Amino acid sequence: MEFAFDLSAAVAVIATLLAISSLDPVHALLYLIVSLLAVAMVFFAIGAPFAGILEVIVYAGAIMVLFVFVVMMLNLGRAAVEQERRWLTPRVWAGPAVLALVLLAELLHVLGRMPAAAGIGEGTIGARAVGAALFGPYLLAVELGSMLLLAALVAAFHLGRNE
Amino acid sequence: MTEATTLPLEHALILSGILFALGLLGILARRNILFVLMSIEIMMNAAALAFVAAGSRWHAADGQILFILILTLAASEASVGLALVLQIYRRFGTLDTDAAGELKG
Repeated sequence: MEFAFDLSAAVAVIATLLAISSLDPVHALLYLIVSLLAVAMVFFAIGAPFAGILEVIVYAGAIMVLFVFVVMMLNLGRAAVEQERRWLTPRVWAGPAVLALVLLAELLHVLGRMPAAAGIGEGTIGARAVGAALFGPYLLAVELGSMLLLAALVAAFHLGRNE
Repeated sequence: MTEATTLPLEHALILSGILFALGLLGILARRNILFVLMSIEIMMNAAALAFVAAGSRWHAADGQILFILILTLAASEASVGLALVLQIYRRFGTLDTDAAGELKG
């Protein structure tokens, strides 16, 4: 379990790093899909198979395909890669990298002082338990989620019109 | 026996923190609005990972329910954001975030 977790965590970090530093949007999207699949593997390793399956189907399967379709519709080509190369100079990303590293170091410091090492991944929380909780105490959240999706549908339809 | 199958909660939280910091770096450093949207997805995914790990720690399904809600949020955010990307590209001919600096109706 720990082996699978560490390996897929390393894959996720490397793929995310390549995704945010890639010049071509298509390459970045494909790296991001690899990263999401690695996170799905992490979910399987820590005993949350339903979350892992949803990560593969919805995140990597639906949202990323939406991104790929939009990139195909934009039809960017070579000029966009050249523009990215001009934008992504070390002077641009050095400052944000230092700031993000400082925040990450603080977080790691706080996590290092956490008292006892609590174990995860002992049991499995399957789809049955998740579904029972989802349509029991969390029913109102499901309804609110459906309203949110409806609002997003109307907004995307309105904004995507070709007037 | 359980020692072999469990792993500390800190590892999952550290992974979540690293992914979140990478998403933050992407938002701060990139000017292409498509990459900014992708970095937001990375950050939401990292937050969802922290929720699922915490749910696994306390043997509760609540973490995965929060994951599903974050998934809903990410899907709606991506659809609205990508519709905006298409409009911006149609009107300004570029994906530079500075091009949309003067928003008007």
